[in-house]
Amino acid sequence: MSFLQIRNVSMRFGGLMAVSDASFDVAEGSITGLIGPNGAGKTTLFAIVSGFQKPTSGQVLWRGAEITARPPHVLAAEGLSRTFQIVQPFAGLSVRENIAVGAFLRHRRRADAIALAEQVAEQVGLTAELDKPAAALTVSGRKRVELGKALATQPKLLLLDEVLAGLNPSEVRDIVPVVRAIRDSGVTVLMIEHVMQAVMNLCESVHVLAQGRIIASGTPAEVVATPAVVEAYLGHGAASRLSGGAHA
Amino acid sequence: MTARDVLPILLFGAVAALLPVFVTAGTLLNFAIFTLILCLAAQGWNILGGFGGQYSFGHAAFFGTGAYATAVLQVRYGVNPYVTFLAGIALASVVGWVIGFLSFRSGLRGSYFALVTLAFAEVFRVLSNAVPFTGGAAGLLIPLNQRAANFQFESRGWFYLLVLALVVVALLLTRALERSRLGAQLVAVRENEDAARAVGVDALRVKLSAITLSAAMTGAAGGLYAQYFLYLDSTIAYGTWISVEALLAPIIGGAGTVFGPVIGAVILHTLAEATRMMVGRIPGIDLVIYGVLLILVVRFPPRNLLPWLRGRR
Repeated sequence: MSFLQIRNVSMRFGGLMAVSDASFDVAEGSITGLIGPNGAGKTTLFAIVSGFQKPTSGQVLWRGAEITARPPHVLAAEGLSRTFQIVQPFAGLSVRENIAVGAFLRHRRRADAIALAEQVAEQVGLTAELDKPAAALTVSGRKRVELGKALATQPKLLLLDEVLAGLNPSEVRDIVPVVRAIRDSGVTVLMIEHVMQAVMNLCESVHVLAQGRIIASGTPAEVVATPAVVEAYLGHGAASRLSGGAHA
Repeated sequence: MTARDVLPILLFGAVAALLPVFVTAGTLLNFAIFTLILCLAAQGWNILGGFGGQYSFGHAAFFGTGAYATAVLQVRYGVNPYVTFLAGIALASVVGWVIGFLSFRSGLRGSYFALVTLAFAEVFRVLSNAVPFTGGAAGLLIPLNQRAANFQFESRGWFYLLVLALVVVALLLTRALERSRLGAQLVAVRENEDAARAVGVDALRVKLSAITLSAAMTGAAGGLYAQYFLYLDSTIAYGTWISVEALLAPIIGGAGTVFGPVIGAVILHTLAEATRMMVGRIPGIDLVIYGVLLILVVRFPPRNLLPWLRGRR
């Protein structure tokens, strides 16, 4: 029984197939990457897995049970939590309150929720920012809040939608160990990421989505060596030109 | 809740309770009672609009339901007014839940929600004006019978204390909400509904809880109004005046804060009363004042007084 299984999921928006017959598994305890060029359908796939959108066809299985199109709050309660690519802080609230909203999911008492929020803040490196309004943070800070909110729900599976996008190299270097520590604490991670340095560093297995289809799966080293992947990013014929040294 | 949460509310209640000791002038107590009734209605709006970010423009629907239930049940069926008052609160919260269910389940937000609530209040107003059950256009008179057992008091002071006690209860409830999980989730929904859903907040349930509690408080205000003035018609019970005052008071005083509605209600009524004294009874002059006040509050931040005062300390 696999942890998370995505089975033949398709999503059609009018005439556009955003996701087309995508299937892959996420193993428990892994950091799995989902990469692909812009517009490949990665975020749509996340929206489907996290319950924000109902797929046109296909299934999502969570520990053997079908969870397709269950509402997000139900999935969060079952241990599936997501972050948003475009950060969605509760802008008027402090960092502490932001994270506490997530913590309230499993803690009814305010004191418990706040205590957990502060603990999570330390985990994601926001202790110094606890009292600041979320709106006052830098991009990097907001990404951490996004991460903290999701972590505070104490998920079993964390869906990270480009937590590293828009960060400078040193900020990326700071967050990579945070993600790894999250996994080491027992949370399975499925991450959409463009920053290849981080993908190569963190992920045990990677699935490549291009034009809505899964075109390659394997270890990071394997998929970057797959011609179809190179062509998905760089255009038709690029793979042979790069590897064969042939001149155009 | 800690002592620090509760203390300011009890202090406010204690100080306000002293008013009838020093003031015996009927007009002033009258004014104070009316203002407290508005506090209650406004606190109701504040729970849904201030904390939950769901701006209702039709809290008259709840105010009127509370008022009519209180009046009709005792006039037509001879039920004890205390019971009818509680029935009014219950009925108002049912109306709140139903309006909330219909509009939130269809995903209405922002101005669409405001318009739907306005429409509901207007429908109630037209209906209550048309059917004989509510007294129709002639209105409904609660017979004068000044006994405490009858929820009518010979001295205004007693009624004042009773309304004040209910306002204190409403303040305590609001504080408890603010400190609770429901309160945190409600604020999260206000700030960003999708993000709230992603961290496990059942947005529909949270909003329904809020509108039900909100309607109950505003319904209580309606019941008190009926019981104090002993007369109702459709424009009083379901008129836009109460929808407007119930939302203006928290917005002026500080939406989403516990004391905001109280501060706003006092400012609103004081200004309206002062203008009436200075320029005489020009119909609608209070609405002009409210309009000017609203423009000022929206145009010139700090948008609400309470955080501003707090920031100055």
